[in-house]
Formats: sequence, C-alpha cells, structure tokens
Amino acid sequence: MADAVERPKASFRPSMLIYDTRYRSLTIQIVVFALFLAGAAWLVDNTVRNLAVLGKTFDFGFLGQRAGYDIAQRLIPYSQNSTHARALLVGLLNTLLIAVLGCLAATIIGVIVGVLRLSSNWIVARLMAVYVEIFRNVPLLLWILLIYTVFTEASPAPNAFRPDPTTGEADRSMLLGLFAVTNRYTAIPGMSVEHGLGALDLGLFTLNLTFAAIVGVLILSFVARALVLRHAAAVQEATGRRPRTWWKSALILILPVAIVLFALGFHLNVPELRGFNFVEGVNVSNSFMALWLALSLYTGAFIAEIVRAGILAVSRGQSEAAFALGLRPRRTMSLVILPQALRVIIPPLISQFLNLTKNSSLAIAVGYLDLRGTLGGITLNQTGRELECVLLMMLIYLMISLIISGGMNVYNSRVKLKER
Amino acid sequence: MSDTHAQTTPFVRETMVPQAPPPAGQTGAVRWLRQNLFSTWLNTILTIAGLVAIFFLLRGLVPWLAHSVWNANSLSECRQIIADRWGPDATGACWAVVRDRWTQWLFGFYPRELYWRPVLALALMFVAAAPVLFPALPRRLLVLSLLYPFVGFWLLWGGSIWTPVGGLVGFVIWYGVWTALASRAPFIGVVLGFLLAVFWWLFLGHDVMRLISDTVPYGIQSVRSDRFGGFVLSLTIGVAAIAMSLPMGIALALGRQSDMFLIKTLCVGFIEFIRGVPLITLLFTASLLLNYFLPPGTSFDIILRVIIMVTLFAAAYIAEVIRGGLAALPRGQYEAGDALGLNYFQAQRLIILPQALKISIPGIVSTFIGLFKDTTLVIFVGLLDPLKGITDAVRASFDWKGIYWEPYIFVGSIFFLFCFGMSRYSMYLERRLKRDHR
Repeated sequence: MADAVERPKASFRPSMLIYDTRYRSLTIQIVVFALFLAGAAWLVDNTVRNLAVLGKTFDFGFLGQRAGYDIAQRLIPYSQNSTHARALLVGLLNTLLIAVLGCLAATIIGVIVGVLRLSSNWIVARLMAVYVEIFRNVPLLLWILLIYTVFTEASPAPNAFRPDPTTGEADRSMLLGLFAVTNRYTAIPGMSVEHGLGALDLGLFTLNLTFAAIVGVLILSFVARALVLRHAAAVQEATGRRPRTWWKSALILILPVAIVLFALGFHLNVPELRGFNFVEGVNVSNSFMALWLALSLYTGAFIAEIVRAGILAVSRGQSEAAFALGLRPRRTMSLVILPQALRVIIPPLISQFLNLTKNSSLAIAVGYLDLRGTLGGITLNQTGRELECVLLMMLIYLMISLIISGGMNVYNSRVKLKER
Repeated sequence: MSDTHAQTTPFVRETMVPQAPPPAGQTGAVRWLRQNLFSTWLNTILTIAGLVAIFFLLRGLVPWLAHSVWNANSLSECRQIIADRWGPDATGACWAVVRDRWTQWLFGFYPRELYWRPVLALALMFVAAAPVLFPALPRRLLVLSLLYPFVGFWLLWGGSIWTPVGGLVGFVIWYGVWTALASRAPFIGVVLGFLLAVFWWLFLGHDVMRLISDTVPYGIQSVRSDRFGGFVLSLTIGVAAIAMSLPMGIALALGRQSDMFLIKTLCVGFIEFIRGVPLITLLFTASLLLNYFLPPGTSFDIILRVIIMVTLFAAAYIAEVIRGGLAALPRGQYEAGDALGLNYFQAQRLIILPQALKISIPGIVSTFIGLFKDTTLVIFVGLLDPLKGITDAVRASFDWKGIYWEPYIFVGSIFFLFCFGMSRYSMYLERRLKRDHR
C-alpha cells in the first residue's frame, strides 16, 4: 500500500541547521564544542607562552627534591631531608585525619542537636536553636580563630599543672586525670604496646604490624557479627521468633580485640608533667584542636538542621501506625522512622562531609600543615612552581571529594526506598 | 423495682453547675512548666542540664558585658578603667576599640573623605534590588537594576566616567542588534549582537572612550583596589558574585538537564570540578595562576579576579540547587509546555523556571549566605577582609595589641545580622510564593 501522505522531498538547506529541530541540536553541540576547544587551546597556548617568557618548565620533578622544612604533626616518618612528595603525603594524611575526625564529631553533634531541637523540652529546644543559628550564620573562619584564641589565650601554661611544693596543690588539675588543656598543646593519653609486632617496610611507607593486627581483628569481629545477625534474621523468618543477639554481638565485638590487646600488653600512657612539658601521652597541637572543634561545631550545626528536616519529613501517620501496631517507641524509631528519615538525610549529609573536607583547607588560618599548607603553601613558596602545585592540589582534593561522594552514594542507594 | 423507676421518671437537670476554673495544677505557668519542662524524668534532667549550661554561659558573660568600656584610647586604658571601677580582678569588654576603629572595619583603607561613595553605592543597591525583590513595583524600574552595576562600579572605584559607559555601550549594541533583528531572526540577532559587543569591548571601545575622555574629561577620584577592605570589600565581592552567579547557575542547570550530550558533559564536568575543590584553591588560582592562563602581559585587578572565581564557585552550587528544583517539577509541566506548542525557551521562561526557581529559593539563599560568609577567605590572597584582615591590622597597632574577643564579636555580629536577615527573607519569600494549599 502506498503512503497516504506523500512525503516531503528530502531537500537540505543550510538554514535548516538552525531552524530545523532535527539538526539544530547537532549544530549547537558542534559550535559549542568548537568554542570549548578553542577556549582550551587559547588557555594552553597562553600558559605555554607565559611559561616560556618566565623561563619555567612544566614538570613535577620538584617533588623528588629535598623539602627542607619541618612539619610538626606527622602520621608517617618525615624529616627535613625528606622529599617534597613525602611532605605532600604527610599533608594529605593530615587533611584526611582532620576530615575523618571532623566528620565523626560533626555527625555526633549534629544528630544529638537535631533530635534535641525537636524535643518537647522548651529550654533545650531553644538552646539548640540558638546554637544552630549562631554557628550557621557566622563565617567558619571566625570560629576557627575564636577557638584557637580560646586555646592559646584562655588556657593555662603547662606549668600551672605543677603542684606547689609547699601546699601540694596545683593551679589546675587534669580533666579526669587524663587530659590537660594548655596554651601550647592538649595532652591526651597515648596508647602503646609492650610486645609490638614490628613494622613492615613497603617502600613508600612502613606498615605498623601491631596496628594492622588490631584493625584486622576488628574487621573479622564485624564480619562475624554480621554472620550472627544474618543467622538471627533467618531464624526469625523461619520461626517468627528472633533469638536474642545483643550479648553475642557484644561478646564478638569486644572479646577478640580485648584478647589481642592483652596479648600485646596494651596500656594507656597518661600524660605526666616532667620538666616544662607533658610527656608520655600525645601532645595534640592547639591548631589541630581548634580546627577540629571549629569544623565539627560548624558542620554539626548544618547537620543538625538536616537531621531535623529528615525527621520532620516522616509523616506523623507513620509513627501513629507503628504505635497502633503495638511497636514500642524504640523499635518505632529504629524500624519505622529512621529508615525513612535516612533517605532524606543521607544526600545532604554527604555534601556536608564534602564541605567539611574542603573547609579543612582553612587550616592555613591557624598554621596547621595539611595538604594546602604543605603542597600549596611551603612547597609552592619554596619551589616557585605555582602552576604544578595548585593543579596537583586541586586534583587531589577533587579525588578525595569524588571518592567520598562515590562511597556515600553507594550507601545512599542501599538505604533508599526500593521502588520500581 | 428500681429498674422501672429509672425508666418512668427521667432525670432532667434543672440547674446548671457553675463553671469552675481548672485545678491550679492545670493552668497558667504551672501547667506550662509541667508540659514543657517536667513532663517526664528525662525531660526534667534535660531541663536541669539546660539551666546549668545557661548559668555557666551567663556567669562568664554577664559580668564581662556589664563591665564594658566604651571610651578609651588604648587597651591598657580600658583595663585601667575596669580595674578602677570594679576592682583589680574584674574583667570587662573593651568596646572602645570598635568605637575607635569601626570605620576601618566597614571601609578598610578607603580614603576617609570618600566614605560617602560606598555608602551611596550600598543605598543605591537597595533601590536597584527593589524592583527585583518586590514584584508590586512597576516593571519599568528594572532599568535601574540593569544600570546599577555600572553606577556601582564607578562609585566604588571612581576614575573616568567613560570607563563604565564604555562597558555599557557594548550591552546597548547587543540589545540594539537583538531588537532590530528580533522579528526576523531572533537567534541570529542574539549571536550577532553578542559578537559585535565583544568586538566593541575588545578592540573598539577602549580607543573610542579614550578619545571621548580626552575631549570631555569627567571623572571622580579613583580608588585603587588595595585600599578596599572590611565590609565594603565583602559586600562588593558578595553582591557582585551573587548577581552574576544566579544567571550562570540557571544556565548551567539547564545545560545539565539538556538532551545534548556534549553540552551536558561540559556542564557536568564544570560543576563537578568546581564543587570538588575548596574555594581556597580557586582563590589561589585567581591570585597565582590567572596570569599564566591569560595572554602574556595581561594583568587585571585582583578584586575582579576574585569576583570571577567566587562567581564560578557559587554558580556551580546554584546549578545543583536549581537542578533539584527542575527535577522536583512533575513531568506533566514539561509535557504541558510541549502540548501548548511552546518552544524550548518559551517553555522554560513561562512554565518551568518560575516553578523550579520557586522550589529552589531556600537552597539558593543558603548558597548566597555561604558565599557571603566565604568572602572572608579573600584574606588568603592578600585582600583585607573584615574578619582577619582588618582585625589583624587593628591589633597590629600598639594601642590595641592583645585585644581578642571584642573584634571577633563585633565582626561576627555583623555577619550574623546579614546572614540571619537573608535567611528570614527567604522564609518570607517562600511563604509568599506558596501556591499549594497543603
């Protein structure tokens, strides 16, 4: 059968590239791509010419040179004679350390404050609202500087913890007998083992076998616990009764680690004032404490709002239905409210974690040597390689961000509502 | 027998029981306390903990504020006054530093006799923003908003009036070409107008304007960028970046939602890159690297560079916020646009964007608040922000050496007022624009 409508003749006019919707998108894309390439070429060409004028080259050879500066806080061995690459690594680890600890503390603060802000207690709800509003509406830099000032100005010198020889009383006493906040550092208990397992040299860094053993045992415990929980779920599905698991979980989580720690001769080193300084424990620099507290409190305020919004987003009918079914409040929370609230909470929470990680670059304000302080600060100034340093720094931050958001997105897709 | 009695004689009440007040435990303050503070034992513990926290906060704060000193010439004088009045151990706030140096916190090192110019620029900004913020005003006033960037630039930096006029002429050319061709070929009109405007800005405008300014020289005292500081700097960067990042963010969001693969890829790449790096690295790029990327010998103003980078930064975040708004719109809205026979731009302008932007208002405003707070980071590229830059400058003077809390509290409260005000305005806007009756 012939077509009822005669097809228009396929004739192509150049104007159709713009006015025919079939071709227009192609035209636009080609033009935009050409413009993009031209722009990129222009930038690269400019850079090449500028580098030639300055007599500089574009290479990362400087990373292998001797750094020649000190880094106070380091998680891996480092000295002045180490290379810039190693300084970079130290800085990166410092960034990651503050990011991980900050995210942990911020989440804890945020969840507590977010729940308390919804509390029926008038005073507590108002107090939390004041905290959230004050921290959210003032620049983070101010909190970092302010807390740094509190530590350096308002806290006593280590000397104040020395008991007076005549009376036996010290001006200040240590918090719980374990922590001492001074104007130079915060002394916290250190951890050490008597029978260490030694270290394994892996070239770039050395692996502390003692630490690795503890972490390995912990991981194994968690796997075992997961198996126990899975078994409990299977029993519940088959018989309708869930066996009690809490004591098994507790045992599995605590006992193996305790045994390993005992076998290794683990003990806490309580800081002790000897001479002019605290020894034995770990002395955490004030810049780290200020940065960590400020980041956690600031981000915690944002997370509190996210948690509050997430809980409010679960409609009232859900908890009423759960109560009607006879669920107790705690189970209602864990089985009905939280799973639904988490779907709302997780995505913005990810971006808060990212923000915290990126904001840790404000370490510059208190002189904490993180990635920005080592690679983007001293290394950059010493070698004069602005282009390489800043590009590398951006790339590393980008990688961290993408890894965090990737990991959290996997988690998000696991907790989100399964729907078609 | 009692049964029959109950059925034969109905009980009818003949007198009303007089209204009685509720029991004393169920009224007024007592009831409120019971309900809100002591309903359960957990609640009681929380109340007591809250009261203890408030007590400790106030115990330090109240005497310190009560012992405030407003008139003094140096910190030591302040301390002397406090010691004289409230005893040697008393501590107190020394607000005299704010009274002495507040102009620096507001204006940085802007010439003292020219303070009226940033103030006027700020006042005019509200005039220019009014037609945008309040739709009740006549639409013609939008011309003021469009002219404001040039006026504001001229007032802040000064110099020859022909510099901003030259910039303005480029836009006039663009608009003129567009309207001239609007009826026949709108798309070509926009592109051609843009090309002509760029040609004017790059090649022609500079010489023509120099010629004019030689014959009719008119200008006001120019102020170099390194004299800027304090809240004038923060507001300049913040307002400029806010104004420019919104349209750019909308364009990026639309690009990200686009069906065209290349456009989408470019937008996603840009957004993810900018959102993945800290603002500080972008500011470093502005101060250290921009000279590498531009033709040799080019150098332009550091404030301008920072504004560009902050704009790019904010635009990426706004794009994501608006993408959320676009995604939240029901599919039917897009289909309705198609069904009405609207083209892409008409559908976006008339149906999609008004709704999507309305949904995104809270996110957009919180991005703006974040941006305004982030203007304090310009200290790290050597500009005098109010928080660290000016405060350090003040503390460096011999008179005020050793002062800590007062400057931070002062600057922090101003930031708080701005940001809190913005967030309240966004709530007002949200309520006003609310169309669904839920």
